[in-house]
Amino acid sequence: MAALNIKKGSNSHSAYNLRPNFSDVIEKHTLAVVVDNEAGVLARVIGLFSGRGYNIDSLTVAEIDHAGHRSRITICTTGTPQVIEQIKAQLGRIVPVHEVHDLTVEGPSVERELALLKVAGEGEKRVEALRLADIFRASVVDSTLKSFVFEITGTPDKIDAFADLMRPLGLVEVARTGVAALSRGA
Amino acid sequence: MTRQMTGAKMVVQALKDQGVDTVFGYPGGAVLPIYDEIFQQNDIKHVLVRHEQGAVHMAEGYARSTGKPGVALVTSGPGATNAVTGLTDALMDSIPIIVLTGQVPTFMIGSDAFQEADTVGITRPCTKHNWLVKDTNALAATLHEAFHVATSGRPGPVLIDIPKDVQFATGTYQAPVKGGSKRYKPQVKGDLDAITELVAALETAKRPVFYTGGGVINSGKAASQLLREFVDATGIPITSTLMGLGSYPASGANWLGMLGMHGLYEANLAMHGCDLLINIGARFDDRITGRLDAFSPHSKKAHIDIDPSSINKVVRVDIPIVGDVGHVLEDLLKVWKSRGRKVNREAIAKWWTQINEWKKVNCLSYKGSETTIKPQYALQRLEELTKGMDRYVTTEVGQHQMWAAQFLGFEDPNRWMTSGGLGTMGYGLPASIGVQMAHPDALVINVAGEASWLMNMQEMGTAVQYRAPVKQFILNNERLGMVRQWQQLLHGERYSQSWSESLPDFVKLAEAFGCKGAKVDNPKDLDDAIMEMIKYEGPYILDVLVEKHENCFPMIPSGKAHNEMLLGDADTQGAIGAKGAVLV
Ligand SMILES: Cc1ncc(C[n+]2csc(CCOP(=O)(O)OP(=O)(O)O)c2C)c(N)n1
Ligand SMILES: [Mg+2]
Repeated sequence: MAALNIKKGSNSHSAYNLRPNFSDVIEKHTLAVVVDNEAGVLARVIGLFSGRGYNIDSLTVAEIDHAGHRSRITICTTGTPQVIEQIKAQLGRIVPVHEVHDLTVEGPSVERELALLKVAGEGEKRVEALRLADIFRASVVDSTLKSFVFEITGTPDKIDAFADLMRPLGLVEVARTGVAALSRGA
Repeated sequence: MTRQMTGAKMVVQALKDQGVDTVFGYPGGAVLPIYDEIFQQNDIKHVLVRHEQGAVHMAEGYARSTGKPGVALVTSGPGATNAVTGLTDALMDSIPIIVLTGQVPTFMIGSDAFQEADTVGITRPCTKHNWLVKDTNALAATLHEAFHVATSGRPGPVLIDIPKDVQFATGTYQAPVKGGSKRYKPQVKGDLDAITELVAALETAKRPVFYTGGGVINSGKAASQLLREFVDATGIPITSTLMGLGSYPASGANWLGMLGMHGLYEANLAMHGCDLLINIGARFDDRITGRLDAFSPHSKKAHIDIDPSSINKVVRVDIPIVGDVGHVLEDLLKVWKSRGRKVNREAIAKWWTQINEWKKVNCLSYKGSETTIKPQYALQRLEELTKGMDRYVTTEVGQHQMWAAQFLGFEDPNRWMTSGGLGTMGYGLPASIGVQMAHPDALVINVAGEASWLMNMQEMGTAVQYRAPVKQFILNNERLGMVRQWQQLLHGERYSQSWSESLPDFVKLAEAFGCKGAKVDNPKDLDDAIMEMIKYEGPYILDVLVEKHENCFPMIPSGKAHNEMLLGDADTQGAIGAKGAVLV
């Protein structure tokens, strides 16, 4: 049955490609979400991501305004532009969510993460670990004759790079905070 | 006004202050203080249900037919878990309801106490929002906030979990504040630039179509009024989703009928062939779009929705307008009029010629019978005999639901209650009772399938107790008809578990419940049977024995496009490919 002579199953102008910027490329975005600091709000946010099948690369949360009962959740996520838009719209729908900012598109921003790394070793390896830590501006927060605990702050990439270097030198444990991020400027 | 009172009394006071006249509920240990307060007042009517799922569907029926929020009250643990299906149903269909649950006392929470369940945890994904109230002083504000959240923006179900010690303790009651809370304020006015862009597109469109949904009904009667004015003034054809039936009258000149999986041929082809698609308060559900990459391939798409997350969720649109349908329609009309009420009359007349060609296919035709009652015929007769009455219709889920949507005509909003998004068998009977409670003198009919009806048939007891004269119009095909249809089309006619075996005698069942029932199996007796049902002053079960193997057409098989509709049994051979078979 031909409707207006449109070829059966025609999809040259499909609903998916009406807009060229609707791409399938997976992007990484950092979202800052300001919420009421009330019971269950984190569960709502996490439940949204798990329930709708979105990714969470990292998530941090802490109260930022005690008197105003506000917390800030920083979420690093990945998805196609359409999925990212959905994530933001769905977050905005949650009743105790006040603001959703996409720091990746709203202009330049700074991202920092803190990590603690335990590196065990003796002799040359131990010296090399200390030398590299110095280059990365990681500081020693605990030390025994056979181990160090380094503290490092930086972008997730920098921490990844440092952890990769420490691995052959006796990396035994890593604890990372996840990303905290703010937009630049006033 | 602030006053000291117990938490239990606050619940009743807040309901009164919110204008609630009816509560559907079921008592239990964790809500006894509230029931004690209900006992000591006369302003709010309590309807004792037979199962908590029934209470929630009744609240939905009440809400959908009045435009006011519905209220249900249930106990902790099993009471709360029994409410989950109804909550999910209301969430999917954006129905404003408030469910109050009892909870074990605060000092026992987390101890696996008797009838303890993590109610806010369980219902978090199936409510718009929920609250556990741990302090009596916060209870009143929370109750008022709950009404505000349920009814503003995109409506939906909310739940308040109230521990028993919070009900017993005394605190300060606060009356509701005008205009609701400050923290939850969804956008209602649409962006004027986008509205103007839509008007400009509409002025030149050659093949425009309105695709409307439940959002028009949720927005209120004024929205339906504005829609009618706009559609009739522009002469643009209009179709609607299952949820939106009645916002534009079925007798209206521009009405195409329902669209979607079991929608009308002309409606679906208009969607496929249009050059401007104006979505008003619908959500591009998969029952509507069919195969997405072939959905309305040549159209510019506008979407009006109060929920920003509905926009660009599944279908990319060109003109998104976030706002309340009523507000946006008002602005649309204003802008369109101020620009000179322009449409491309000539092109639209040609468009109608094409649509009228499609109409000639007569897609709802079916093979009649002198000896067996065809389900379609039963609905045609029901329509003929009840048309023009003060009538409300609810349905269960299955073939009968789709036939009801195809063959019954709705002239006004809020007259048609059906479970769309969740497709909940067992919705219709309790929903019909909820509707009847709100409209005691109206004719309320539940068009049911025998299998769905059995899922909440215990609520017949509620109907009898409250003398709710609901009419249960059961299209009994002794089959899980919709399942059987899919098995025929998709699973090599292997009818696995799709019979309704050991059915009760519905007439005797009616008698056992203390109401009246009748059975009809001859087309000649059908009219009399329907009239008998309508005239009877009380709840009534009419067991209509219909053709057992009738299939519901038109049908867009899963994974197919609008222009790949099946029109009848002859079309069905190999209609659904392997890809379509994995879809539901
Ligand atoms: C609670 C629930 N369970 C299962 C289904 C799947 N289902 C959809 S329609 C249907 C058959 C309904 O049979 P009936 O009520 O007799 O209606 P008919 O299709 O025969 O008109 C079933 C099992 C459902 N929609 N809801
Ligand atoms: Mg059946």
